[in-house]
Amino acid sequence: MPADTLLEVDDLHIHFPTDDGLVKAVDGLSFRLDRGSTLGIVGESGSGKSVTSLGIMGLHQGSNARITGHIRLDGEELVGAPAARIRELRGSKMAMIFQDPLSSLHPFYTVGAQIAEAYLVHNQVGKKVARKHAIDMLGRVGIPQPATRVDDYPHQFSGGMRQRAMIAMALSCDPELLIADEPTTALDVTVQAQILDLIWDLQQEYHSAVIIITHDLGVVAELSDDILVMYAGRMAEYGQAEEIFDEPGHPYTWGLLASMPRLDEERLERLIPIKGTPPSLIHVPAGCPFHPRCRYAGLTDGRSQTEIPALREVAPRHLVACHLTADQRRRLRARPDLDEAEARGAGLTQGEQ
Amino acid sequence: MITFIIRRLFATVFLLIVVSMITFAIFFLIPRLAGQNSYELATQYVGRNPTRAAVLAIEDKLGLNAPVYLQYGRFLKAIVLGTHYNSGTSTTYCPPPCFGYSFKSQQPVWPQMVSDLPVTLSLAIGAAVIWLVGGVTIGIISALKRGTLFDRFSMGLALVGVSLPIFFTGLIALELFSYKWPIFPNVQYVSFATNPLLWARNLVLPWVVLALLYAALYARLTRAGMLETMSEDFIRTARAKGLRERTVIFKHGLRATLTPIITIFGMDLGLLLGGAIITEVTFSLHGLGLFTIEAVQNQDLPEILGVTMLAAFFIVLANLVVDILYAVVDPRVRH
Repeated sequence: MPADTLLEVDDLHIHFPTDDGLVKAVDGLSFRLDRGSTLGIVGESGSGKSVTSLGIMGLHQGSNARITGHIRLDGEELVGAPAARIRELRGSKMAMIFQDPLSSLHPFYTVGAQIAEAYLVHNQVGKKVARKHAIDMLGRVGIPQPATRVDDYPHQFSGGMRQRAMIAMALSCDPELLIADEPTTALDVTVQAQILDLIWDLQQEYHSAVIIITHDLGVVAELSDDILVMYAGRMAEYGQAEEIFDEPGHPYTWGLLASMPRLDEERLERLIPIKGTPPSLIHVPAGCPFHPRCRYAGLTDGRSQTEIPALREVAPRHLVACHLTADQRRRLRARPDLDEAEARGAGLTQGEQ
Repeated sequence: MITFIIRRLFATVFLLIVVSMITFAIFFLIPRLAGQNSYELATQYVGRNPTRAAVLAIEDKLGLNAPVYLQYGRFLKAIVLGTHYNSGTSTTYCPPPCFGYSFKSQQPVWPQMVSDLPVTLSLAIGAAVIWLVGGVTIGIISALKRGTLFDRFSMGLALVGVSLPIFFTGLIALELFSYKWPIFPNVQYVSFATNPLLWARNLVLPWVVLALLYAALYARLTRAGMLETMSEDFIRTARAKGLRERTVIFKHGLRATLTPIITIFGMDLGLLLGGAIITEVTFSLHGLGLFTIEAVQNQDLPEILGVTMLAAFFIVLANLVVDILYAVVDPRVRH
């Protein structure tokens, strides 16, 4: 493992046995995160993004999750590690902020007390020092008059301020890894950009590695070094952010991009939604899990329906799990308006090649 | 916070006045509206087969032929200042708070209630401590060990507890622990001041029997609340901070679970203070419950009126205490 790797996830499986069957929330996921870099994990609801992040934080403890594979933080194996050890790491070496800052803060304790608490668990200091630290943190995340707002309760904060407070709490022990699970989803659009800017600024200041989980490619466009696109608990595509945006290789990524409004390029056609809904994680479709919704599944000589696509390196550090050939991808990417029949007409099937 | 309390106090006083109006209306206004004249009304305040002269004397003493608003004024005044019941020859004094004078037992209502109050207080508060501690503890353990043998057993027991009536469990308890194995031989009230040990010992059976019913209810409530709380986002946050599971449960989980239980506890206790009727009857403890039963059996209207007012007062008081406690516990109410 290279020295600058902070987090290494290797063939991670997180399964939940339920009465209806085995939910394969994460099924064979591997990725790496370097120190100080940012990874965006993108996917629809139910693609396994949050389950992955909770798995890294060891927050599936107490549930009936079955976790196999490897999660190594700074070379230390977390899968199967003693609960007490993971608890020590949580909040100190790795921290997390959540989607809904109102429900994620305890309604009965002051914001300051909740931040101080995070500092007190991992540092041998007195309450006064912890309180000072909480005020300091609130100031750093841009809360005005932190010395008085420290005694406010969460309901006295606005939505954006609550998320700032959550960030202050997460960063209070200077973690090396910060996981932000949909940090802007519950916020007003005007506040979203502020929070993303704040995460960006603090990352520069603290040199933490950041994982941003979102269903919105726009959120990670600016912030991420790498982007991981997840579908049905698996990796669909993985690569550097510019690569993903400029030369996306997976039809699902095309779909995500086509359904996202973009201001950086002139576009005349309408947004194109991805048809259908994500599959049940109990009955994942055979073959490529995306094939029932894929516009081009008929172009792979039937392999999409029967064979799980392996990850292929289509460019350096750019992995795609798709049966389409490089030539098909290149030509289809240029014509996102083509549907399957038209593509067939254009001679894009594999059998005819 | 101070303004909150003052506002609640005013509301409470207002509520008590409304309660007094309604109670007064039930006893003095509605019979009139139903067509009873003041003579017939007065008949009900005297013993059986009264002479016409006696009824007229009562009618006069109670001022039943005065206008209703004047009667209500006197009724309120009697509660606050006490009153004299005059009738030509004799004067009967009823000191404040005068909830009326029982012509059947020939004495004011309030002192009788006061003498019975300690019994009910001892019974209700003792039982409340047992059920609160017991029920909440069992509920928490059940929630944390959901699905285990302990959980199933205690929830089964709780179901039995809420289902069995007190007059059943009470009699079984008396049979077993008072007669067969006389651990608690004679259940009768001894005042705390006289002999605290005997007071407690004699009350153990009624406490436990009364508490069993409520403990079962509270165990189920606590379990459900705890399970709900532990799946809240802020619990996940607490864990993500790296707090010990003990801290997560007892500092973050329990506080949110217990808050709604305070409300229910206040209401239940307030209701019981007006008389734990079935328990008192089962164990022949002469508290407000038994007082009520006797008043109803004797159709002693002033006594029924008095106990109604007192019970209402306890409930209103419990409401006030709960509201204030809630504001102390939950900052969202305070601000």
